[in-house]
Amino acid sequence: MTVSNAGNETIAKSEPSGSSRVIKDFFRSPGAAIGFAVLIIICGLAILAPWISPQNPYDLMQLDIMDGRLAPGSESMKGLVYHLGTDSQGRDILSGILYGLRTSLTVGVVSAIAAALIGTSAGLFAAYTRGRIETGLMRLVDLQLSFPTILMALMMLAVLGKGVTNVVIALIIAEWATYARTVRATALVEREKEYIEAARMLRLPGWRILLRHLLPNCLAPVIVIATMQVARAIGLEATLSFLGLGASVTEPSLGMLISTGYQYLLTGLYWISFFPGVALLITIVAINLVGDRVRDVLNPRNAS
Amino acid sequence: MVTSIIRRLFQALFVILAMTVIVFIGVSVIGNPVDILINPDANQVERARVIAHYGLDEPLWKQYFIFLRGLAQGDFGDSFVYGRPALGLILERLPATLELAIAALGIAIVIGLPLGLYAGLYPSRISSRIIMTGSILGFSLPTFWVGLMLIMIFSVELGWLPTNGRGPTLEFLGGQWSFLTSDGLRHLLLPAFNLALFKTSLILRLTRAGVQEVLPQDYIKFARAKGLRERRIIAVHVLKNLMIPVVTIVGLEFGSLIAFSVVTESIFAWPGMGKLIIDSINLLDRPVIVAYLMMMVLLFVVLNFVIDTCYTILDPRVRLDSKA
Repeated sequence: MTVSNAGNETIAKSEPSGSSRVIKDFFRSPGAAIGFAVLIIICGLAILAPWISPQNPYDLMQLDIMDGRLAPGSESMKGLVYHLGTDSQGRDILSGILYGLRTSLTVGVVSAIAAALIGTSAGLFAAYTRGRIETGLMRLVDLQLSFPTILMALMMLAVLGKGVTNVVIALIIAEWATYARTVRATALVEREKEYIEAARMLRLPGWRILLRHLLPNCLAPVIVIATMQVARAIGLEATLSFLGLGASVTEPSLGMLISTGYQYLLTGLYWISFFPGVALLITIVAINLVGDRVRDVLNPRNAS
Repeated sequence: MVTSIIRRLFQALFVILAMTVIVFIGVSVIGNPVDILINPDANQVERARVIAHYGLDEPLWKQYFIFLRGLAQGDFGDSFVYGRPALGLILERLPATLELAIAALGIAIVIGLPLGLYAGLYPSRISSRIIMTGSILGFSLPTFWVGLMLIMIFSVELGWLPTNGRGPTLEFLGGQWSFLTSDGLRHLLLPAFNLALFKTSLILRLTRAGVQEVLPQDYIKFARAKGLRERRIIAVHVLKNLMIPVVTIVGLEFGSLIAFSVVTESIFAWPGMGKLIIDSINLLDRPVIVAYLMMMVLLFVVLNFVIDTCYTILDPRVRLDSKA
């Protein structure tokens, strides 16, 4: 999201093209503008986590078990203030959240991009070649999309075993089909248009038509799905880590933090689960707000 | 119509067969069952005996047919943890999951449909905007975290509702059900509401979109011109036309509710299939994992088949399409 926007902004300065309209349109919605700002802040916090967080919550040397389960605002014996309290290991929740956001965002972005690459290639390829390969690929897509993501992810994790890397792989395998179906549908419409015919008349090589002419015109839906996908992937990773199938206890993860707080919830120690959940919620809402707006802006039907 | 149903039936069978291949390859080839089945301390003789017992020394295609034969007989092998047939374990827990999913679906419809209708009929009212914003929240809130917060508020702080388990159950139609006892109902309330949250938002948005699509149609204008009362127009003309997409989605989403109950069941210690599969993945209980996956495949294929068939019967346009 950030990368593509930065690119668009440079274009916007040099020439008043379609992308400057898109950016202007995007920020016309206050919700999207706020979401975008929040997202930038969250990304910044996640990237800077090692430098700005009060402690490294996954370096056991820095944890003091005597500081375990302190309420938000308490002070440690070394004079460190735990603004959001600590968990049972004496881990500062605020630091845990900052490190956890790194994992969440990485998992979300990596899985969304990888699934988009695979799905888009498959969809384009299917639409361009037609015939048996297309039928086969699309049957596979139909098959996958008839099962919910969480079931596909569980299936993959049952096979691959636990762990964050396996969660990413599971998410990619569970999600590529959405891109493939959408891109194929778009590409089937686009390939009948005159500019493709013109490119064929010029006897451009097939790969060139595919990459330089067909692909750019199929990208809008991919960007929309990918944005929403990041939010879904972050939620799913947290869910799977919560269930004990993703990150292990020694890895930074919001889902894992929430999970460790679960057992203390009944005794009234709410902060271990509560604050990481709030961080997760804010991240997901921000991405969804941005994604919603991107969809509206890129939809040609809404273009004024 | 009969030919199209028969064709769908064959497609469904093909999907099941394809999934058996995928599950088999996944569990038997990518994950090495020998490592899971055999105690790492076992000696060579013991290893060879177990490998022969499970037919793992046979060629792959033969193993697959052994797997298929077991499948056809409902035999997935015994659970390593419980030492009992895997399928039996799952079927035992099926009523708990079904009960949870049905209750959640009911809550989602009862809340989502009227609110969506309202938001669609009066889109400019502030209350409608609040409803729509709330539905975005419903989409974004992580289900498992909401579950924890529900426990915190309603069980820990207020002490109104129990935190886990099904409570007392009664036997009915060969299964154990919570909703038949009042304490069981109290146990059901929080998990069902938790599971329903996401689907409520979905049904709400779907209904609203449907209303806005139906309202500008000529037949609504005609009904107004006839001087029909607003209530009748909504009940007969709007709601009826909403039903096809809503019923389809509700049918499709029922399957995903069962899949998602994995999360809710783990939080509320609800003794259903979902909790069992998570425990089994953690304990590498392969027969139970395979049995669960195949059960879900079967469930989804049957659901899709039923919905497609209903569609063919309900909507003449689909019927005409399949003839052409």
